Amino acid sequence: GIDAAERGGNFWTDEDLTPYRDVVTYNNFYEFGTDKSDPYQNAQSFDVDPWSIEIAGEVDNPGTYDLEDFMKPHQLEERIYRLRCVERWSMVIPWIGFPLADLIKRVGPTSKAKYVAFETLLDPDQMPGQRGRFSVIEWPYREGLRMDEAMNPLSFLAVGLYGNYMPPQNGAPIRLVIPWKYGFKSIKSIVRIHFTETEPATSWNMLQPSEYGFYANVNPEVHHPRWRQDMETRLPRTLFSSGRMETQMFNGYADQVAHLYQGMDLARYY
Amino acid sequence: MLRNPRFWQVARVIIFCLALLPFVFLLQGALLNTLGADPARELALETGRWALRMLLLSLAITPLRELTGLTGLFPLRRMLGLFALFYAVLHFIVYMVFLLALRWSEIGSDILERPYITVGFVALLILAAMGVTSTKAMMRRLGPRWKQLHQLVYMAAMLALLHLLWILRTDLFDAVFYGTILFLLLVYRLVTRLKKRRTRAARRQAV
Repeated sequence: GIDAAERGGNFWTDEDLTPYRDVVTYNNFYEFGTDKSDPYQNAQSFDVDPWSIEIAGEVDNPGTYDLEDFMKPHQLEERIYRLRCVERWSMVIPWIGFPLADLIKRVGPTSKAKYVAFETLLDPDQMPGQRGRFSVIEWPYREGLRMDEAMNPLSFLAVGLYGNYMPPQNGAPIRLVIPWKYGFKSIKSIVRIHFTETEPATSWNMLQPSEYGFYANVNPEVHHPRWRQDMETRLPRTLFSSGRMETQMFNGYADQVAHLYQGMDLARYY
Repeated sequence: MLRNPRFWQVARVIIFCLALLPFVFLLQGALLNTLGADPARELALETGRWALRMLLLSLAITPLRELTGLTGLFPLRRMLGLFALFYAVLHFIVYMVFLLALRWSEIGSDILERPYITVGFVALLILAAMGVTSTKAMMRRLGPRWKQLHQLVYMAAMLALLHLLWILRTDLFDAVFYGTILFLLLVYRLVTRLKKRRTRAARRQAV
């Protein structure tokens, strides 16, 4: 297990936790297959030791860090966040990690750094999804945030869940958790973090810009072209409990993040 | 052995049981709650996949029979077609009862707003019309119109494929895989039809 301190306030919810079994067996991690159970089945031998992370771009302290050195300066804490997938299902998960803002302060972005971009490991030998001939994602998987989003106290780098190290199918050894955005923004198994002056390309937006924007904020009023976004299914459900509930603006984190988007037309910047 | 009617009687019973197996496994999964965090979604996906598979298998019987000359295959076309209808009806029931939880007001908007649901529903209606008219008595009663009605099966298969394509997010394997099979089955029919027309014309000229 991992020792972690603190929890409470904005970083905590008393909603029922999604059981561990469901959190680790129902995943979207296309590097390991597109069915929900594929990551659990295909990622168990995923080797994450050793692991290094490259810090690059508009930053004072670029370089490649071993994961252990990368994490050492940070005090780990536990947070319970809602996770809302763009596919209309949601979970409540206890994560362990540290604020993204702490890392950013440590590596010192320059004044030109307006965005933070992230990349997932590219390793077709270990990731069968990256070998698929009919997958249309351009690997490696990419994500990004505006600097003020990345500095928001909710933005979190997670290294574990349920008091344990991160299971491979959930994004071992280190992943992003951005609770007010659709799940695909919370990029898994990060190997590169670079600071840029312009908006970085992000995987789902590259694939289908009419369906997935750069911002991808949870928004019950802006629908996906092929399905509505005002309701969600809280998992796990059974055949006779629908788990249906209303989706909240910014996934219920409006108090902490709505100010980031003041004056922006969210139907246009979806 | 392949010319022996007894062999085909036994084979049909075995194939019937095999075609029922996915249903048995899904039922078991539903009762034991081993279908994962979202059992309704899993049931919907699997019943839909099996409906399409059965439909393609049923469409493969005619080419198989013509290429091998095994007339014993013939009744399998109807049996597998009815299994396609069976899984399509289950797929629809799962959608209505577990995914939509019988919120009737939403069914209307669902069908209008999401064309893939409309497309799937039309495919289901075609399969149902074919199922109802699949008996020998109906065949006799409908005469030449029976064949016209049952040629809608190609439309149903294409709509089912479109229905699948429309809900995929990235991985096109399923669409390419089933699409290729359907394409080959359609090409086969086109070729044999053209050949028949040509031999008929040639015969007429010979007379």
